[in-house]
Amino acid sequence: MSIVTVQLGQCGNQTGHEVFSALISDIRGTHGLCSKKENESYHDSCKERFFCEEESGVPVARAVLVDMEPKVISQTLSMAARSGHWKYNSHSHFCQKQGSGNNWANGYSLHGPRHKEVIMNLVQKEAEKCDRLGGFFTIMSMAGGTGSGLGAFVTRCLRDAFPTSFILNHVIWPYGTGEVIVQNYNSVLTLSHLYQSSDALLVHENDVIHKICAQLMNIKQISFRDVNQVIAHQLGSVFQPTHTAGEGSGYSRNPLGDLMEALVPHPEFKLLGLRNIPQMPENSLAYSTFSWPGLIKHLRQMLIANAKMEEGIDWQVRPPHPGSSIPSTNKPLHFNTSIANLVILRGKDVHGAELGSFQDPSLYTSWLNPQDAFSAWKTPRAFNKYEKSASLVSNSQFLLKPLDSIVGKAWNMFASKAYLHQYTKFGIQEEDFLDCFTTLEQVISSYTNL
Amino acid sequence: AVSLPFAVGQCGNQVGCRFWDLALREHAAVNKKGIYDEALSSFFRNVDTRSGGNGPDIYKGKICSLKARALLIDMEEGVVNEILQGPLRDVFDSKQLITDVSGSGNNWAVGHKIYGCQYRENIVEKLRKTAEHCDCLQCFFIIHSMGGGTGSGLGTFVLNLLEEEFPEVYRFVTSVYPSGEDDVITSPYNSVLAMKELNEHADCVLPIENESLFEIVNKIHQMINSGKLGSTVKQNSLVTSSAGSAKTLQEKPFDAMNNIVANLLLNLTSSARFEGSLNMDLNEISMNLVPFPRLHYLVSSLTPLYTLADVNVPSRRLDQMFSDAFSRDHQLIQADPKHSLYLACALLVRGNVQVSDLRRNIERLKPSLHFVSWNQEGWKTGLCSVPPVGHSHSLLALANNTCVKPTFIELKDRFMKLYKKKAHLHHYLQIDGMEQSCFSEAISSLTDLIEEYNELDATKGGPRIDPSRLKIAV
Repeated sequence: MSIVTVQLGQCGNQTGHEVFSALISDIRGTHGLCSKKENESYHDSCKERFFCEEESGVPVARAVLVDMEPKVISQTLSMAARSGHWKYNSHSHFCQKQGSGNNWANGYSLHGPRHKEVIMNLVQKEAEKCDRLGGFFTIMSMAGGTGSGLGAFVTRCLRDAFPTSFILNHVIWPYGTGEVIVQNYNSVLTLSHLYQSSDALLVHENDVIHKICAQLMNIKQISFRDVNQVIAHQLGSVFQPTHTAGEGSGYSRNPLGDLMEALVPHPEFKLLGLRNIPQMPENSLAYSTFSWPGLIKHLRQMLIANAKMEEGIDWQVRPPHPGSSIPSTNKPLHFNTSIANLVILRGKDVHGAELGSFQDPSLYTSWLNPQDAFSAWKTPRAFNKYEKSASLVSNSQFLLKPLDSIVGKAWNMFASKAYLHQYTKFGIQEEDFLDCFTTLEQVISSYTNL
Repeated sequence: AVSLPFAVGQCGNQVGCRFWDLALREHAAVNKKGIYDEALSSFFRNVDTRSGGNGPDIYKGKICSLKARALLIDMEEGVVNEILQGPLRDVFDSKQLITDVSGSGNNWAVGHKIYGCQYRENIVEKLRKTAEHCDCLQCFFIIHSMGGGTGSGLGTFVLNLLEEEFPEVYRFVTSVYPSGEDDVITSPYNSVLAMKELNEHADCVLPIENESLFEIVNKIHQMINSGKLGSTVKQNSLVTSSAGSAKTLQEKPFDAMNNIVANLLLNLTSSARFEGSLNMDLNEISMNLVPFPRLHYLVSSLTPLYTLADVNVPSRRLDQMFSDAFSRDHQLIQADPKHSLYLACALLVRGNVQVSDLRRNIERLKPSLHFVSWNQEGWKTGLCSVPPVGHSHSLLALANNTCVKPTFIELKDRFMKLYKKKAHLHHYLQIDGMEQSCFSEAISSLTDLIEEYNELDATKGGPRIDPSRLKIAV
């Protein structure tokens, strides 16, 4: 099954480019560490999912690029083409001249309806090229105007036009101390709207990735490209082919469907966090050895203690005693309760890796059977030069604090009515804001009471 | 997206002239192949002069003849004529000029009421023609001074006109405010009358004060002549230098000051013209820096003022650039943002600077700045890859900060000194369409604005009480 990616706005397009680059670089690499047959199977599966073939033999990304100003798309297209290893379809993009001015209302209420037909036509064309459509993957930031506002509008259109397809929104959360002053407004508007049309929101936070770049990757002068490359690596670790149905089965043919089934049992809980280990500079890889028990132990503690990366994990945090029914208010502080978790293991000797510790019922909220709450996908094919790599996609309280912080700041600004005239100009009224706040307070409350 | 500058009056046109000069230099430095590209198109049309300049614009391919997208308006001929005889003569054609001979006599009413009325149709027609050539018109820039008659009066008349004819296009105004020792006695009248128009019809105003420009020019001269600097300064990197190489000594006194303003406009539009990892467009500036419609006055600062000849830039120097942006002596008006209250702040960085440099410096400087309670993290940032000519990096800071208040209070005081005695009032009241109420409304508008800043200042340092959140039934 194939996935159509929609890249929205500057962030969406810059990140999307890194994602496709990472996927291609991985399948071209000779570090698969597995049998030739396995490697070929992996290669074919990845190609089918994300690329289509052209006569020239250069894989063409199954993607639609959308932006309201031309510079980023132009750069993205040419960077891909220059690589020589893959490219975008030269017609699969749409841009305007003016941008959205960091204004969600401009993106959603003005640009959205105005350009709906053209954009959806491009999406339709990409969808038709797929033998079997596995769903949509959108990449956007929620701080600006296009990715956020137009992105929310396009997601709604996707839902209307493809009611039975899976839609996964990859949303990048901005740095806490401002990239955009109205970013909290834009975020609140985006998240509340996406919640209605999307199947799940897979989140990356710039602050977190920045720390990974600084402390784990040892990058001195961190650029947005560095940040996007780490994000691309983490996404690749989720989306590259795996065996979801145990040893001997072929590569999964329905990655988005499998993801939703594993992680989103209830429509009130759609926020997914992502952790990937190990993460280190490429030149350190040769000197490092990893063991599955070690990686799994770290990943589990990262889940429990809500650690954002492999450094500074708080090992004091423990799950509550199993068996005892503790009301959520009495649960140990800092303990991260999960609804569902998915662990993805890639690399050498993966079939011997023991994941029983993730099925511990004390990790989970009480209303799901722990066996249903945990899924594992594996492949012996190593990913992106890491001999062993482990990812965790988690529907848990991971994002509760950051979400609460964003809503709090937005509310604070809303109470003073600052900047509201910029939104009402495009038809988003105070009542619309209130509806969005209500939706998100509901989500916060739901996650808090796990 | 196109930005269309209007230079109105003597000051406006002198600054405008510097602006086009430096814009050409900037694009020449980047555009080695001589291809007409998207970046050039935001300020210039590409015209085939063989058909006498009346042919259609050439949108792609080699550069034929660049024509500035601009309107030059002056009610005297001196300055515009000089431009047309100078090195920029081929960049403009007669269809972009509106001139008269007698000037406005430093009288806002003459500029606004008499010439406004007289030239209205002419201006609208030329404006429409210029706009027709633009693929996508995003923003108008008005460059003028506040203290005289043409820039102030006719300039604000044009502002009104722009709102009427093109309500969706942003209106940015770069206004040079008169200093206390201004030799035009009636400059307070002209300025306050113009302020009312800026309050009501501009989206964003960048006030500039000559004193500040003058101090910056002096500071640079001192640095160069003191021999304190270990290495030599790159001449073309001076924020005060003109495009012609190393002619600093022969420049007219105002040229250096006007170059600073020209650089301000270049930096402001750089991210819209050139690529970068975090673009910052003009409509984003308006969106993020104007929390309430009337509070749209932005204090600007440019750093560095010059570049030393050695190319390596240790991060210490980079950090110094950020520190300087907040210092009193880099602001383009007499103001100290550090000791007043920020409503919002934008940092547009150009050149070899990455997001981590931005973050590090914001974290470092934040504790010493006061932000309004509902915008504690009120930072808007942009990263443009292309630095200005002669620099490896640069920073433009725009602050919506209550430190503009003293400028307005002083203006009001100078106005009241004259107005109480009704000095020179008759020069204005004898103009058709002018009444006493024009003055009382104008001063009232300014007073209200000052009061809004007062109310904000009163919240500074006060207890921070966050409003309670919505309660959801579980």
